[in-house]
Amino acid sequence: MDLKKINEFLWEIPPWGKMKVPARIYASASLLESVQRDRTLEQAQNVATLPGIIQASYVMPDAHQGYGFPIGGVAAFDEKEGIISPGGVGYDINCGVRLLKTEYSGSDLKPRLAALMSGIFQEVPAGVGKGRKTKLGMAVLDEVLNRGAEWAVDSGFGSGDDLQRTEEYGRMKEANPGVVSRRAKERGLSQLGTLGAGNHFLELQQVEEIYNQPVAKRFGLHSVGQVTIMIHCGSRGLGHQVASDYIRMMEDTFGTKHLVDRELVYAPLQSSLGKRYYQAMCAAVNFAFANRQMITHWVREVFKRILGSSQGIEMIYDVCHNVAKFENHLLEQQKRRVCVHRKGATRSFGPGRPEIPDCYRDVGQPVIIPGSMGTASYLLVGTNEAEKLSFSSTAHGAGRVMSRHEALRRFRGEEIKRNLEKRGIILKSTSWKSVAEEASAAYKDVDEVVRTSDAVGLGKLVAKFSPLGVMKG
Amino acid sequence: MEKFRFLPHTADAMFQAFGRTLEEAFANAALAVCQLMWKPEKVKPAREKVVEVNGRDLKQLLVAFLEEILFLFETDDFILAKVEDIQIERQESPPGYQLRAKFRGNRIKDEDEIFGDVKAITYNEMEIKETPEGVSLQVVVDI
Repeated sequence: MDLKKINEFLWEIPPWGKMKVPARIYASASLLESVQRDRTLEQAQNVATLPGIIQASYVMPDAHQGYGFPIGGVAAFDEKEGIISPGGVGYDINCGVRLLKTEYSGSDLKPRLAALMSGIFQEVPAGVGKGRKTKLGMAVLDEVLNRGAEWAVDSGFGSGDDLQRTEEYGRMKEANPGVVSRRAKERGLSQLGTLGAGNHFLELQQVEEIYNQPVAKRFGLHSVGQVTIMIHCGSRGLGHQVASDYIRMMEDTFGTKHLVDRELVYAPLQSSLGKRYYQAMCAAVNFAFANRQMITHWVREVFKRILGSSQGIEMIYDVCHNVAKFENHLLEQQKRRVCVHRKGATRSFGPGRPEIPDCYRDVGQPVIIPGSMGTASYLLVGTNEAEKLSFSSTAHGAGRVMSRHEALRRFRGEEIKRNLEKRGIILKSTSWKSVAEEASAAYKDVDEVVRTSDAVGLGKLVAKFSPLGVMKG
Repeated sequence: MEKFRFLPHTADAMFQAFGRTLEEAFANAALAVCQLMWKPEKVKPAREKVVEVNGRDLKQLLVAFLEEILFLFETDDFILAKVEDIQIERQESPPGYQLRAKFRGNRIKDEDEIFGDVKAITYNEMEIKETPEGVSLQVVVDI
């Protein structure tokens, strides 16, 4: 393998062996170093061997080793010759981030912050296996899978304006509940409207810095200190089961001998199984949109109860960072419909794209990049250059550098909480162990990740947020 | 004999499980998965579930078997304490393997601390080694 430096932020592995295209890595020198410590580059090269891959196998600045694709892996496939792979989407289908703005300032909120965080912790079910609020019937679940956040809004969890400001307007229309297994649905039944555990979180934050005033304003941010709410979660057990089911079906249909990595099992986009996986994936995407929409509603209810009003708590945007989608991209001056896999990567459309809602179309799509627990998070805006650079994609977060096992050995949950409290940040969690595992030192420096995205032009900086209160699953 | 051992892995959890037989190694792998979410040794084995899974090869069988822990936990609040009467048989048609076992465990209670969320069992870096001395399995789970 030959790793060539193209410029300060771009590295390339030219095709060799079975690779059909190069692997391109967007990273600063220090980010590259951390990527080289695990199997990220090997996995990016494996992706480059897949049938119908176009241009390159891309690695985003926050990448780390995954299963099949690296986390932070992006690849586009030809509509006719290409494939779709559950390993290019991830088990947590439509894991994503939602950002809301409020009209409160951090100092307004300070005296009530503890009450707000306790309220949210009570209202939003988190952790594993406990605290379900909503028991659905199978028929209702099918509605959720069909209609996503649209179902949630029609059922009283939010407003139409929320849908406007959600990727895909909160619903992928190709969803088909009929190709989602009974097992997956059973796992989903009790988990709708829950945050989950692991790296998922809900944060109250305040604007720390604004880099681009006009765009920030369009996104609803006007001043330093303005409070925002960030929700990071996905499709829970339903999405995980859809991935597992289709991996197994693809193995049973196409075998495993031809695969460089068993987690890279795939189906041709034109095959019946490929089409069914896509429809099932869309259903799981919708489940996750509904999930974040319901949590949004409960957070507003807590604000209403504790501060008397939830007015001004409006969506900035909601992005998916584990998904495969059909999009038109300009390739050699020709518009082509391709299937873009983004696994731990965020869509980053520039101004003018028809997929962006009217309210943002002339500035570009908001890109939300959460940090790790207790560190900064960022809002960026998509660019037109990103289309050429990465099929309109950028990073999705900080990216782990340390195993959970190692984090547990080094950190104690109670101590992390005390240190956050010293900085005035309230932490709520269902488990100390999960707090220790998610220690910010186990993650890459998110500042470096967004600096790289901004410098390369994958997504440009708009604003930075610092946490006031964190709720972990 | 050591039952299982966790190894370093950047984002997920990787473990090896051991046994004198394939069955024992599978049962120990189940305990390792539980260890990521709860303490199986603290769970009273008050309830019983019969588990039957199959696979085209041993790797698929192992994934299907371990997934049952997640499925029963999420759909029936069942937390596993131990695996009993596990049997793995080779099948002629369709070619592959079948596994039967009893899961003994309990319904989750408020005092049980669930400290992790295993999303899925993966094939990533999976190894199944059978030697005259015994069997060792290596599994990475997505968490």
